[in-house]
Amino acid sequence: MDRPPLLETKDLAAGYRKKVIADGICFTVRAGEILTLIGPNGAGKSTILKTVAAQLESISGEVALCGKPLDSLHEKDIAKQLSILFTARITAERLTCFDAAAAGRYPYTGMLGLLSEKDRAIVTEALEMTGAAELAEQEFREISDGQRQSVMLARAIAQEPRVLLLDEPTSYLDISRKLELLTLLRRLAKERGIAVVMSLHELDLAQKFSDQVLCISSGRAQRIGTPEEIFRGDYISELYGIRSGRYDPLYGTAEPAPPAGDPQVFVIGGGGTAIPVCRRLFRAGIPFAAGVIHENDLDYPVLAALSTKLITAPPFEPIPEDAFAAARNCMTQCRSVICTVQTFGTLNRQNEALRTLAEAAGTLRTEI
Amino acid sequence: MSTRTVRTAAGFLILILLAAVLFCLSLTTGTGRISASEAIRILMQGRTDSPSARIIFDIRMPRTLSAMLLGGALAVAGFLLQSFFRNPIAGPFVLGISSGAKLCVALVMIAAMQQGMLLHSGILVAAAFAGALLCMLAVLLFAGKVRQMAQLIISGVMIGYICSALTDLAVTFADDANIVNLHNWSRGSFSGTGWTDVRDMAVIIAAAMAGAVLISKPIAAYQLGEEYARSMGVRILPFRIGLILLSSLLAACVTAFAGPVSFVGIAVPHLVRSLFRTARPLIIIPAAFLGGSVFCMGCDLLARMLFAPQELSVSTVTAVFGAPVVLWVMLRRERGRS
Repeated sequence: MDRPPLLETKDLAAGYRKKVIADGICFTVRAGEILTLIGPNGAGKSTILKTVAAQLESISGEVALCGKPLDSLHEKDIAKQLSILFTARITAERLTCFDAAAAGRYPYTGMLGLLSEKDRAIVTEALEMTGAAELAEQEFREISDGQRQSVMLARAIAQEPRVLLLDEPTSYLDISRKLELLTLLRRLAKERGIAVVMSLHELDLAQKFSDQVLCISSGRAQRIGTPEEIFRGDYISELYGIRSGRYDPLYGTAEPAPPAGDPQVFVIGGGGTAIPVCRRLFRAGIPFAAGVIHENDLDYPVLAALSTKLITAPPFEPIPEDAFAAARNCMTQCRSVICTVQTFGTLNRQNEALRTLAEAAGTLRTEI
Repeated sequence: MSTRTVRTAAGFLILILLAAVLFCLSLTTGTGRISASEAIRILMQGRTDSPSARIIFDIRMPRTLSAMLLGGALAVAGFLLQSFFRNPIAGPFVLGISSGAKLCVALVMIAAMQQGMLLHSGILVAAAFAGALLCMLAVLLFAGKVRQMAQLIISGVMIGYICSALTDLAVTFADDANIVNLHNWSRGSFSGTGWTDVRDMAVIIAAAMAGAVLISKPIAAYQLGEEYARSMGVRILPFRIGLILLSSLLAACVTAFAGPVSFVGIAVPHLVRSLFRTARPLIIIPAAFLGGSVFCMGCDLLARMLFAPQELSVSTVTAVFGAPVVLWVMLRRERGRS
């Protein structure tokens, strides 16, 4: 990690008119790195980005751009090193997409803002990178939100920054465009050594595309680290204060809380087969129990979230006696049993025994 | 790119041709019939003492030139205000700036008439500028924080009404032989302009136009909004002050010489943007100037011709052609929103 730090903050407090919205913000982003800000709505992510972008004056603390204090830099110099993609709505009449992207050359053009051949080439290349080249002559107001985002990203690239700040760049995009945009950001970071700082609502994407993740909640930096350090255990649920359900950091999925009440159905699952049935039970509002599921089973994360009671077995081991006993006990208290597994091997032999018991008791059903 | 260049060149060519045609028509049209060939002969000969020559040189030429210069100034003032508020319906008339300038000029005129003084046009422009700035500040106070088109326009129109009412009041109580003159002026007219006026307005407008061209680069950045403009290195406060001063100066100049002329400031920039299919200020500023010249020369011609020998106020004609364009702009915006 000997790449130069391009953007650094130390104990930064950001806000409007002396009213602190986010406080104690410390991070360092080096060339080629992506730092993502995550956290609940209103936590202060945008305020931090605006302050780092010199749009808002910091209340206290330090911001350094390419090694120099931000407030010591001239507007023009900041503009040559830092560009933004924010959520501002643009309403100019008859503004073409090319002209919108070409605005990024502002710090480099002369008094009248005339574009040189080189400027044009840079703008065209930027539009091509973001897939907006064919929009060049269209009117900015008349294209879709996703296309506008591409054009404005091209504008930010055409500004040839060393630091790129993006506030929720994926918000209006469909999933394929989200992936394209983030892949492009990774490419820009790698090929041009740009330091990227952005805020994202899509946690799964933040996890996959970031080098560092900064977690902000109620105006404080709660934690900063690699995605592996941040997306672990129940930290994300805690960060967002998730009360009805939980966030699974491994798969990047959110699961709701189970329906209230005692389990009425017992699901014998395994290998991912139980998930569709359990989703249907959840939608029908029927509380259920499930077992016996190995802790490394595909079914595990979903069933752990959706079931009222889950009986588990340790990974790679045959189902132990006590788990079998607990499952049998639980099963007898449910009015019906559904078995979603068709094949039984050495590790889940006991689940076959459970099914046989249910069949004998006449509670085995094929559907809910 | 090349189709773009062709469109730009063609646009300017059309406007210049129209301006030339209207200029000639304007010299030959009027109560005293002067044929085109005679007009050309008079122009070639230069100033003589023949009645036709005097009509052309002393009456029609300054009037036409003032319509040309003031129309251009008004359109550019409109464009600058639209850039400032990022609102295509902003203009010196609907924002009450013209009315504020009118009020100040009327007060100064009445005061001067009672003293029996003749006013230098510079003083009138200064009074109009002060009035324009005061109204601009009032509009900014009411609507500065509001980004909504409607509220901005409503506060502007209300301020305009207040100023017009005060002007009417002042005119009613100014019991003077010159009242007719004042009344004509307060309704908007290019008539009665002399060569010194033309010279004075040309100097002021040329200076303001140079200023407008010089800030066309930050205007382009500002079209993307304040945040983006700042992030590209625009110093927002000096830029905004510059825009206000320039647009007020242009609007004030028009009001001082011709009274309030309505809707040119909104209609012309919009028509020009549609013709050139661009928002680039470096193209739109000169094009709006030409467009404003054409629009006002045409409207002045109609004001003179339609019910000759009775003359309409030019504002009546500009409203007839300008107001529908404003409606069209609003429809376009609604469509753009959905």
